[in-house]
Amino acid sequence: MRTVFKTSYDTDIDLHEHWFRRGRYLALLVFMMSLPFWADEYFLAEATNTLIWSLAGMGLMVLVGHTGQPSLGHAAFLSIGAYTDVALMNAGVPFLVSFPIAGIFAGVVGAIVAIPAVRMSGIYLAIATLALFVIVEEIVILLEPITGGVGGLFAPAIEIFGIPFERYAYLGNFYWLVLAVVVIICWGYANLMRSPTGRSFLAVRDSEVSARALGINVTRTRALAFGLSAGVTGLAGALMGHFIGFFNYELFSIFISINLLLVVTIGGLGFIQGAFLGAVLITAVPQVIAILRDGLNATAGIDLGAIPGLDTIIFSLLLIVFIIYEPQGLYGRWLKIRTWFEIFPLARRDMFRRQKSYLKTERSK
Amino acid sequence: MSLLEVDDIAVHFGGVKAVDGVSFRVEEGEVYAIIGPNGAGKSTIFNLISRIYELTRGRIMFDGHDVTKLGAHQVAPLGIARTFQNIELFDHSTVLANLLMGRHLHRRTNFIQDALFLPKVRAEERAHRQRVEEVIAFLELEAYRGKMIAGLPYGVRKVVEIGRALAMGSKLILLDEPASGLSVEESQEVAYWIEDMRRDMGLTVLMVEHDMSLVSQVSDRVLAVANGRMLAEGTPAEVQAHPEVKAAYLGTEVAA
Amino acid sequence: MDFLQLLVGGVANGCIYGLVALGFVLIYKSSEGVNFAQGDMMMLGAFLALGFGNADQLGLPFGVAVLAAMAAMFGVGYGIDRVVVRKIFGQPHFALVILTIALGFVLRFVAGSLFGYTPLVLETPFSGRNLNFGGVIVGLNDLVTIFVTLILTLALWGFFARTRIGLAAQAASQNQMAAYIVGVPVMRVNSLIWGLSGVVATVAGVLYASKGAIDPNIGLLGIKAFAAAVIGGMGSLPGALLGGLIIGIIEPIAGRYAPGEVAVMSPYIIMLIVLVTRPGGLFAQIHAKKV
Repeated sequence: MRTVFKTSYDTDIDLHEHWFRRGRYLALLVFMMSLPFWADEYFLAEATNTLIWSLAGMGLMVLVGHTGQPSLGHAAFLSIGAYTDVALMNAGVPFLVSFPIAGIFAGVVGAIVAIPAVRMSGIYLAIATLALFVIVEEIVILLEPITGGVGGLFAPAIEIFGIPFERYAYLGNFYWLVLAVVVIICWGYANLMRSPTGRSFLAVRDSEVSARALGINVTRTRALAFGLSAGVTGLAGALMGHFIGFFNYELFSIFISINLLLVVTIGGLGFIQGAFLGAVLITAVPQVIAILRDGLNATAGIDLGAIPGLDTIIFSLLLIVFIIYEPQGLYGRWLKIRTWFEIFPLARRDMFRRQKSYLKTERSK
Repeated sequence: MSLLEVDDIAVHFGGVKAVDGVSFRVEEGEVYAIIGPNGAGKSTIFNLISRIYELTRGRIMFDGHDVTKLGAHQVAPLGIARTFQNIELFDHSTVLANLLMGRHLHRRTNFIQDALFLPKVRAEERAHRQRVEEVIAFLELEAYRGKMIAGLPYGVRKVVEIGRALAMGSKLILLDEPASGLSVEESQEVAYWIEDMRRDMGLTVLMVEHDMSLVSQVSDRVLAVANGRMLAEGTPAEVQAHPEVKAAYLGTEVAA
Repeated sequence: MDFLQLLVGGVANGCIYGLVALGFVLIYKSSEGVNFAQGDMMMLGAFLALGFGNADQLGLPFGVAVLAAMAAMFGVGYGIDRVVVRKIFGQPHFALVILTIALGFVLRFVAGSLFGYTPLVLETPFSGRNLNFGGVIVGLNDLVTIFVTLILTLALWGFFARTRIGLAAQAASQNQMAAYIVGVPVMRVNSLIWGLSGVVATVAGVLYASKGAIDPNIGLLGIKAFAAAVIGGMGSLPGALLGGLIIGIIEPIAGRYAPGEVAVMSPYIIMLIVLVTRPGGLFAQIHAKKV
């Protein structure tokens, strides 16, 4: 175990307590940057997909993990981001401009929707976001001239200052672009969480009454969290559109919303790292199933392909198991394992036992 | 002009008159206590001042501002801090983070500056931390600085909540039963802190308390309430000697 | 004439939404949790009735098959609470939201594995027959739906107002701790309520299936039923039914005079309007938390 002797307030203010941790994240970043030099195209595409999911996961994490507001309709913001970006690019706007606008637009829509919605308590908000999702889906179909309606549309090739970032021909470039966006957003997110804004999110999550008593405008804070969340998710949606290449409203189905929830819940609510772990899981499981399927088919003659919806059911069961046994998700579990090793052999059985909790009620009687 | 002027306030929940025609004034620099049996409406008065409940009637003025026209989050900026009877801390954050949240009023950066973590944000963080460390030293919370609230004993949480209110740097601090559930030693400590708050920090204290020994030790004036009505106001000794207070207070205490 | 026909069909649809919404409300009242799997419970109930009753399956008489499905779904509801939901008692509401969404997928998978994903038709004695009331043609199944909903609502009302267990459930819904202290077996009551909402879901499912083919994805109807429950106010049984009726009636009318997409959106737009103007629903029962 490494003990840090804190000599200045900056030790606590900095993102990482000491250079070892900082170094590890730096090493991970270097590793990720090196991928296009040695990974094959298939793997690189999967890595890109995982990064895009991490980005969307971070978007939802701000809201669910750090502000304590559920959303079952985040696919709506993916969709808004994707369509805005493509629509602007089709109108001749360069990607460098259309991409941020797509995020901002999704964020503004999110914040506007949030202002009435944030007055509602948790479950109502969950249902309202579900409603928003259905409404956005239908509007996308209605706005056929822009969105291509049911038929869908092509995402134009990206070019920044003459450098091509086209998803198929220049996958490496596209990957770096996605990585850069993810790193920037992740850095901003981490900054937010160590500053007054992030603390006000946590305050609203854990106790609304005392947040108010501290002078925090709960409605505005929630709307801000909702807007930021929708904005980041919108950016992810834009990238997803380019990654898929050709899409219609079905790409952003209700199942995508659910998968996003899965990313944040299994990854670990309240940890930025959780968004990444969850994204890895959700993109890896279908691959593992595919490999198993081929393997079992070849060796034992068992045809898993005959069972439709296998990955959905595996996700669902994973979700149930995590919610019951490890509500803090993969990252929470990892923290416990790490602590266990750090203080080995001093860990005790009941060290991580959860406190007994009782039904929290929102009713006064 | 008094610092806090409460004029004939009342609140009715359905047919229940939780508070009915209570008036009192708290002068700058004094310790004012509200006592009364359970359900007398003491905490309700606090919740009316901090705008959690809507007044049915009456007016509350603080430092020349009409509190009753404000939203719940606009009370703190006037200079009113408070604690809660049932402890409302942010359970999944550290003690340090909880105290820093008390500094929210004094933030001067917006979310974009925060996300970029501009040098200005860092400078402000250092300044907030400086203030919070003073509070930590005052309440002797050093040992708990990095601990999560969820794992702390009751007594410590109680102190952290007082700390969070102090970190706000307000003029008036409302303490809702600061000594309830504490041991004799712990509540003696609370008494010293309240005296220090007034003497060294120049704070005005309004508290609700059951513990009469604490009340008579620290408070300048006491208001006794029962069934939402005022019974008596005066020095601790006067109020304790008041026959109606004895009947209401001791009567229910015995019955309970 | 046309409009009247539209109206009767709308009311019948609304009854089904209302019944599913009733299931949400039952659970919400008892434990403040929302069961996002309610639509899928309806779906499974319909499929079980089909499995027991259809000639090419077990071929039981229709009435027996429905009763058997109701009994089985009581078990499913009871079991879900007993085995899964109880384990997360005390966790934030959101945990239950995610948990029940996942459970919905599990139920969908179970139905898909047992009955396949191609649409099937439940054989009922009242499907596909029409009655003519002076030019207004009304489906028999619509009338049955309205009638059954009325009966079931009355029965539920009687259950909560008159029976011991119903009163216990009411007590538990108002204050779990207090109910527990005075001797109400809160946990068991909660499980019973989950079972009961399984039964209500089955009835809704059978009525829904009497209108046409069903497949494992019909559970998505649950989303619309949510809108109904929210419009009515989450804690109110009559509110749920009223919300269902409002949606059921608006939908075909909107479909008549506006593009199909607007009709699809209409329930949710109404819901959002209600949420903004009356955040607690038409029969608001939510109060502020005490501090």
